[in-house]
Amino acid sequence: MEFLTASNIIFVILSVTILFFGVMMVTETKILRSATYLFFVLFGVAGLYLQMNYEFLAAVQLSVYAGGIVVLFIFAILLIKNLGEEKEKNSKQKSIMGAIAAFSGLALCLITIFKYKFVTADFSRATEITSNLNMQQIGNTLMGTEKYQYLLPFEASSILLLACIIGGLVVAQINKEDRK
Amino acid sequence: MSMPLECYLVVSTLLFFIGVYGFIVRKSLISILMSIELILNAVNINFVAFNRFLYPDQLEGFIYSLFVIVIAAAETAVAISIIINVYRAKKNIDVKSINQLKN
Repeated sequence: MEFLTASNIIFVILSVTILFFGVMMVTETKILRSATYLFFVLFGVAGLYLQMNYEFLAAVQLSVYAGGIVVLFIFAILLIKNLGEEKEKNSKQKSIMGAIAAFSGLALCLITIFKYKFVTADFSRATEITSNLNMQQIGNTLMGTEKYQYLLPFEASSILLLACIIGGLVVAQINKEDRK
Repeated sequence: MSMPLECYLVVSTLLFFIGVYGFIVRKSLISILMSIELILNAVNINFVAFNRFLYPDQLEGFIYSLFVIVIAAAETAVAISIIINVYRAKKNIDVKSINQLKN
């Protein structure tokens, strides 16, 4: 049984966790619980990154998604009155149509994936490269201006974050006319 | 023997269409936003797996998924402030109640 290595077993456990909690998340009617299931999905995805030797990406995933976005979701759910306990009513016809759309798209994508022959790089060499990946390399890739280096998107995303801070403040502020 | 690339792609495809199902079926704005997060995560897994298995010399997929995470954070912050504003005006966040831009 050469297929039963530790990393393969970890991969199977992680993917089963991701898919199980993903299904639980979209079928759960109580919204606070479904935010909790989203948390587990994000943890599983971070585990997949770790399993592919990208520790920095796993750390970013945990700190930005689990530490930032899910907390933001939970704050919003708690701010909106009764939303935490209230049950969502889903119409049966709509869920059947959604399932049909999702399954047909899924079948199409899976057929495409299995038909296409991917030219993969040599696995042991890839493992060696990715396990020797250090922060200096990532920093050079982010801040350089040559080929395969990404200074411009980095700066663009910093402007995006600034615009997002200002936009969030402008949208969320209370109008003086509303207060009267 | 390690997991082939196709296994990662199958997991991410399943996650993507779970997200699509949630996006179609759910009614409140916040759960639709959470389904979008699922979709974005599936895309990220794809990027990282391609980077790892096809082109390990460059960090293209790695950096792209980093930017996707940043943009997802920005998008969620703005969307939640919009949702809270909608709640102030309408007293609920059902998608069906939001069918007008003004008044």
